[in-house]
Amino acid sequence: MPGLFQQIQAGKLWDFHGGIHPPGRKEQTNQKPIAVLPIPDRLYLPLRQHIGVAGQLLVRVGERVLKGQQLTSAENSMAVPVHAPTSGTVLSITPHTSPHPSALPELTLVLEPDGLDEWRQREPLNFLTCDNMTLLSRIQDSGIAGMGGAGFPTHIKAGLTQPVDYLIINAVECEPYISADDLLMQEAATTIVKGIDILCRLLNPKAVLIGIEDDKPIAAAAMMAACSQREHYYVRLVPTKYPSGGEKQLIQLLTNKEVPNGRRPADIGIVMQNVGTAFAIAQAVLDDHPLLSRIVTVAGDTLNQPQNVLALLGTPVSALLDACGFQSQPQQRVIMGGPMMGFTLPDLSVPVVKTTNCILAPTAQELPAASTEMDCIRCSACADACPASLLPQQLLWYSKAKDSDKLQEYNLADCIECGACAYVCPSEIPLVQYYRVAKADIREQQREALKAEQAKARFETRNARLEQEKQERLQRNQQLAAARQQQQLASGANTAVADALARIKAKQAQAAPAEERSKEQILAERELKKQQAREHQQQKAEQQKAQQQATEQHSEPTEQTATTATTNSKAAAVAAAIARAQAKKAAQAAEQDATEQQLTPAPNTEKSPQAEVSTEADPRKAAIAAAIARAKAKQQAQTEHETGAVPATASTANKPAAGSDVVTAAEDPRKAAVAAALARAKAKKQANAEATEQTAASTPVTPEPDAVVTEDPRKAAITAALARAKARKQADSENS
Amino acid sequence: MSFKIASSPHQHNQRSTAHIMRLVALACLPGIAVQAVLFGYGVLVQLVLAIVTAWVSEALVLKLRGKAVLPRLKDNSALLTAVLLAIAIPPYAPWWIIVIGTAFAIIMVKQLYGGLGNNLFNPAMAAYVLLLVSFPLQMTQWLPPLSLQSVDLTPLDAVCSIFTHYSCSGFSLSQLQANIDGITMATPLDTLRTDLGRGLTLDESLNRPVFFTFAGTGWLWVNLAYLAGGLLLIQQKVISWRIPLAVIGSLFVLSAIATLAAPDTVAGPLFHLFSGGTMLAAFFIATDPVSASTTNKGRLVYGALIGLLVFLIRNFGGYPDAYAFAVLLANMAVPLIDYYTRPRTYGHRPRSELK
Repeated sequence: MPGLFQQIQAGKLWDFHGGIHPPGRKEQTNQKPIAVLPIPDRLYLPLRQHIGVAGQLLVRVGERVLKGQQLTSAENSMAVPVHAPTSGTVLSITPHTSPHPSALPELTLVLEPDGLDEWRQREPLNFLTCDNMTLLSRIQDSGIAGMGGAGFPTHIKAGLTQPVDYLIINAVECEPYISADDLLMQEAATTIVKGIDILCRLLNPKAVLIGIEDDKPIAAAAMMAACSQREHYYVRLVPTKYPSGGEKQLIQLLTNKEVPNGRRPADIGIVMQNVGTAFAIAQAVLDDHPLLSRIVTVAGDTLNQPQNVLALLGTPVSALLDACGFQSQPQQRVIMGGPMMGFTLPDLSVPVVKTTNCILAPTAQELPAASTEMDCIRCSACADACPASLLPQQLLWYSKAKDSDKLQEYNLADCIECGACAYVCPSEIPLVQYYRVAKADIREQQREALKAEQAKARFETRNARLEQEKQERLQRNQQLAAARQQQQLASGANTAVADALARIKAKQAQAAPAEERSKEQILAERELKKQQAREHQQQKAEQQKAQQQATEQHSEPTEQTATTATTNSKAAAVAAAIARAQAKKAAQAAEQDATEQQLTPAPNTEKSPQAEVSTEADPRKAAIAAAIARAKAKQQAQTEHETGAVPATASTANKPAAGSDVVTAAEDPRKAAVAAALARAKAKKQANAEATEQTAASTPVTPEPDAVVTEDPRKAAITAALARAKARKQADSENS
Repeated sequence: MSFKIASSPHQHNQRSTAHIMRLVALACLPGIAVQAVLFGYGVLVQLVLAIVTAWVSEALVLKLRGKAVLPRLKDNSALLTAVLLAIAIPPYAPWWIIVIGTAFAIIMVKQLYGGLGNNLFNPAMAAYVLLLVSFPLQMTQWLPPLSLQSVDLTPLDAVCSIFTHYSCSGFSLSQLQANIDGITMATPLDTLRTDLGRGLTLDESLNRPVFFTFAGTGWLWVNLAYLAGGLLLIQQKVISWRIPLAVIGSLFVLSAIATLAAPDTVAGPLFHLFSGGTMLAAFFIATDPVSASTTNKGRLVYGALIGLLVFLIRNFGGYPDAYAFAVLLANMAVPLIDYYTRPRTYGHRPRSELK
């Protein structure tokens, strides 16, 4: 058994599964010379004419460009530039109907030719003397992308570093009607072979296999003649069968190798280039003639003169059809590409691009439009025709059911959309269309799944971060709480005093210049304050309960009064009145206790004399002040953590406030005295009422008489009521 | 100017379902002709009855299902079912046999499963089994070839006996079944079965007049005619060669082995191939695309399974011929066969190498 290479040398051909034999109809065009189209009025040049990314625009609207001038750059390796096919002016750069099945508008440069066809400077290369990099960049800069239909950037395939056994030149042209490559080979076989020489220099293959379908005897003879001097070039005539021009199918035909699933031909040492690409390479390297035009087969029975034309890239289809005597029919279809894989055009302004090999304008008799889709009879003609050995009717079944798992199990992705299955289907089911939709759905699903996965990961990371922060906070709080507790224990039984001292310290610390404190300190303080506020809140709630039970015994204003107070000023006034009355009562009670007050611990002694004096002076005013003070204190307690003030106990809170109080006291010593007395009285009462409670000391009745407020007792009362209401509300909402 | 938008491919081979069904029905013609000439014109009357019933039933159900009637009638699938059932039943069976059978095939077996392409079972064979089980007497009254009959039957006689159970000259079916000597003659398969059951050897049985050399008189020609029609279908690429070859091949091999092992009690391969409905079943019934396996390997398995079942039922089962049962049983196995015989996709490793 001879080796594969010997078999190939001996001219052995293999076969691929399936395939069909549609009528070729190439005789319409393959006997006529290539006609050169006149330069059209406008050229529409889509900025992207290949698979990959578009280059950056290099020209501006209104600029004059020369023939062969690069219009876009090719910085990205997947980018190939577009050139001006003739000299002229850039009219506009706008979206224009694209030569794509979707016909979606794509950014297109509109060029107005000036008719001079003036070339830019050209620098032909001698490919025997220049290095591979120069050759490759020349190929890229000349805008060459696979001209067989896919439009893959040629310099990537030509610049492979993997060892290449076989370079296959695809000149099969298996689609009916199309004879563009046929004519190219008939007229320019020598140039094509030069292009192959350049590719051989770049890739260094063991052998070059030129695959030509056996319905092109003239082209095959021309190629054989042109290759006669080259030992390892083999022209192979393959039997006419669609789709033998498919990359995978031609590889199988010529080498009996299969491209493994998910791999590229290069992985099995094979590179395939279209014959038109080889021609374009030769032109680009040897003449510095970038890809500016291509041969297009214009065929169909609606044309008087079907023929191959050499059209500048960007020529609108209408110009091609007009040059061939197009007579439109009702329900006319104009197809770009062949009848098997081409797509219909919505209008004739669509331009010729690098991958356009055929414009087909058939009559309805010639290519009857698809009739109604009938039920699948499971005849399996599709499976017999499939070149990828798929089971099209199973795929149809699962496509209809949108079962993407099964579709993947049945290898939908291996469908090359050649259309052989739909061609043979007796029920005229548009199978390929079903597969395209299913493929798009699967792609969409995969994209969605990826997105969902990313979102999930993001969400989980965020959750973890939040949880970590929470834990850290909790830990910090616990540490602080423990520290405080220790401090309390250390400072003895009088926790109230200790608390107050701690608060004072905190306040002093806060009073220090902000920039001196570190962030952590601030945080710690804030935490401390929060903690205190929470404790305070709790105490207040308990205290409230106790007050409710003992309202009649004590003249303390109950919290119930506050519930009636609303933001409504009238209601507030009422509340204020009640508060005043209560305050009055409290003042009277305080009077009675005045003597006792003198015996209270140190913090109060400072002010007690004043209080003694003033209590009798104006009990009413004092009552108001007291009410205000209560309200303020309450409010302050609620918002402690924001303001940073911690004057919670009647006995100690006067101290931090002393500075400001002194001024007030000086102005109105009587008032201040009253307030102080009240505060003392209250503190005492409360102490009595909540004797069992350790926290009794921190009542929210810090008297902090404010000069502004006392000037307008009414306003103050309202404010006080409002404050109470607010405090209450907040307490409620926090409790709930 | 706006242009028509269509999806590729824009070209079609113009061979429609209707065309395929028509070709299959036409390929039956040689067999039908031979049957009519050798066994009388009853088969033609049955054909007319069956086709009319099929069309009426199909139209009725399609109407009920709210589907367009005409395009589906035109696909010729109901016609083909009717033809296959009509040539499978005894040519002189009473008219209501074929009417019940065809209506059942179209309405129950085909349309109630979702219409063309969705039925699990071959409609003609399911109907045949229904008739055979429900009306065993009528379904086994096969007349001997005309050459062996005591009374000459005219075309009018066929009509009369089918509609009135009596020929125009007043003979009942059982009378017609009797030969010149007054001995009732069944089909060769039936005769052989009975003889072997009575302890006769194969050679003794084959000496009877219903046999002609290695196969039944008349039946040999009918089978050859269907073979010719079937080969035409293969040549026209309407059916694949795999199913017929597998059916015939497996029956041939099995009966050859069996006859070598027990030459006196088991008929040889040629007898099996050219008796009963072998060729009709192998080329026209087992190849029904809807209910057969769809993969190439699967078709071989499916055909071989039918051959095996026919061999077993003919030689060891309770019925002289067995294609209807064999085909229905194989139909049941089709989803499984298809699943395990998927072809290797281009560029993929064989399934056995996966894992």
